[in-house]
Amino acid sequence: MSVNRRAVVVGGLASIAAPHIARAETLTDAAGRAVAIPSRMERVFPAGPPAAITHYTLQPRTLLGWPRANRGAELIYLDPDVATRPELGRLTGRGNTTNLEVLLQLRPDLILDIGSTARTFVETADRVQAQTGIPYALLDGRFEAIPASYRLHGRLVGETAWAEELARYCEDIVATCRSRVASVPRERRPRVYYARGPRGLDTGLGGSINVETIEFMGAVNVAGGTRGGLATVSLEQVFAWDPEVIITIDREFAGAVRRDPSWAGVRAVTEGRVHLSPKLPFGWVDFPPSVNRMPGLIWLGKILYPSLFPEDLVAFTRDFYARFYHRTPNDVQIAAVLEGRE
Amino acid sequence: MRHGIGALGGIALGTAMLALSVAIAFSVGRFPVGFADLVRALWAAASGAPSGLSPAAEAVIFNIRGPRVVAAILCGAALAVAGAAFQGLFRNPLVSPDILGASSGAALGAVLGIFLSLGIFGIQALAFGGGLLAVALVYMIGSSIRSGDTVLILVLTGVVVGSLLGAGVGLMKYLADPYNQLPAMTFWLLGSLAGTDRSDLAPLFGPIALGTAVLLALRWRMNVLSLPEEEARALGLATGPIRIAIVAAATLVTSASVAAAGIIGWVGLIVPHMARFLVGPEFGRLMPTAALLGGGYMLAIDTLARSAAQVEIPLGILTAAIGTPVFIWLLASSRKTWT
Repeated sequence: MSVNRRAVVVGGLASIAAPHIARAETLTDAAGRAVAIPSRMERVFPAGPPAAITHYTLQPRTLLGWPRANRGAELIYLDPDVATRPELGRLTGRGNTTNLEVLLQLRPDLILDIGSTARTFVETADRVQAQTGIPYALLDGRFEAIPASYRLHGRLVGETAWAEELARYCEDIVATCRSRVASVPRERRPRVYYARGPRGLDTGLGGSINVETIEFMGAVNVAGGTRGGLATVSLEQVFAWDPEVIITIDREFAGAVRRDPSWAGVRAVTEGRVHLSPKLPFGWVDFPPSVNRMPGLIWLGKILYPSLFPEDLVAFTRDFYARFYHRTPNDVQIAAVLEGRE
Repeated sequence: MRHGIGALGGIALGTAMLALSVAIAFSVGRFPVGFADLVRALWAAASGAPSGLSPAAEAVIFNIRGPRVVAAILCGAALAVAGAAFQGLFRNPLVSPDILGASSGAALGAVLGIFLSLGIFGIQALAFGGGLLAVALVYMIGSSIRSGDTVLILVLTGVVVGSLLGAGVGLMKYLADPYNQLPAMTFWLLGSLAGTDRSDLAPLFGPIALGTAVLLALRWRMNVLSLPEEEARALGLATGPIRIAIVAAATLVTSASVAAAGIIGWVGLIVPHMARFLVGPEFGRLMPTAALLGGGYMLAIDTLARSAAQVEIPLGILTAAIGTPVFIWLLASSRKTWT
């Protein structure tokens, strides 16, 4: 009797799990894990913001929801049907807020995580896949890996043609920027301070993911002498660095710095070269670390090397948003983006 | 029994240490401005003659390093005086100014402010209010329980309410946006004076001056209060109102300093011990000495925090790393000077 009951339970579980792993075809993900390609691909659960954004650009109809619900101003730039899908929490990254039972109730065909392929995340993926029976794919989220991740992503969800187009588009931007920047001798590259926080005194150290695009664009990160992640610095240190350009993501800081007597002597402030990064619907410079930072390359290029980047930013934004975010913004909406509205 | 170096000696030594800290603090930093530049800038400001310094150097002296030096002294003095008062009030050498939940309340206020994306002033106001509110709550709960030792119940209430507020901080961090708000909360909780500018000094100075004045005025009565309660009553002292005044004043100064500098432990714990080691437990001598030593100690630590590397070292980490061995040494060498 008890044996039968167990068989029923096991059989029941197997029949829940079976449709997802029935197809024999597997794919090796960015962490070297074999992931079964789901036969049915209707519902994709994004483990964090980069996965949600990237999957939205590639296959919006199958996106189950968002780690954090999109807010008013963000919705304007996204497909209304997909953008309003529910808040799901995070499965990975810094802090796990998704309940696995809730996850199962959503009946995803695939869990997708794009980001670090370090051991912590590999083991999370293995564990969740074993617990839920749902294939869990881990793709490389590094900026340079975006095209390759798109192609793998496309094969995983059966969207290879569109993935190829997005990958090529990103490759073109990256290649264009790289060749233009390479023509600038090192001594003519601007010294940039990246400011975060309402005081503007949090910054990204050399090699941190927060300043990845700024450093990719050849700018000399004044805090780059120390390697690491985010750190606080003193205003005195900023004076000592005397940056030519300040890039910030903090609207309050950007507004205050121009009339703050404490910052008055810093060269970037004196010369009016403090720039607030666009953020709608997703940030252009710092976070989330995903394809949303691609237009930030052109934006940074125009700030750092005005003569080398003749692109019309409005036209570029319209084209990028139409292609990746599936909605063409009008000029007023684009102006709001470029102003750094939130 | 005569302790150490006496009242005037304590004040003289505290003043000398503070003056030394100020001289060092103005002489070092990431921007090349030294003590001579300070003297020139001050002379120019006093005489109206041009100082010959670059605008950046003047900005460092008057807008950046100067306000920060003042803020460090104020915070250190405030925490030390509050710590000395609480150690006497609770008759316990392990008590620090946040024992009644001031820091936990301020921390919850600040992370809530960051969570709501408030500006700097809003975050500091919430932190300050949170500290006051937390202690008011603890005091109300503690004094409504009418069994056993009043002081012990107050301390225990402070501990449990503090841990509940700590859970609130944890909840805010859990709900925060992991890219932007969470690092801001973490940095804030580690403590720093990196962002101090001149506009921060007035909201810091007001409460600290008021609270410190009250504590200094009450220093003679604290001697009686640190006796067992029955003895204090027998000497004709109304312990209740004085206790409220001490708690309110200490909370005022602690909340103001936490709102400005974030969570900085240890200063309020070990500086009173240093002062007691020098001048003994009598509050008339202890309080001014503790204030001077606290200001100098905090300033020395903040100077290290901003000068050692390009990146700021969080104050909370430095005070703990320095405070632990110092405290152990004080425990080993000054056991008899507590009472």
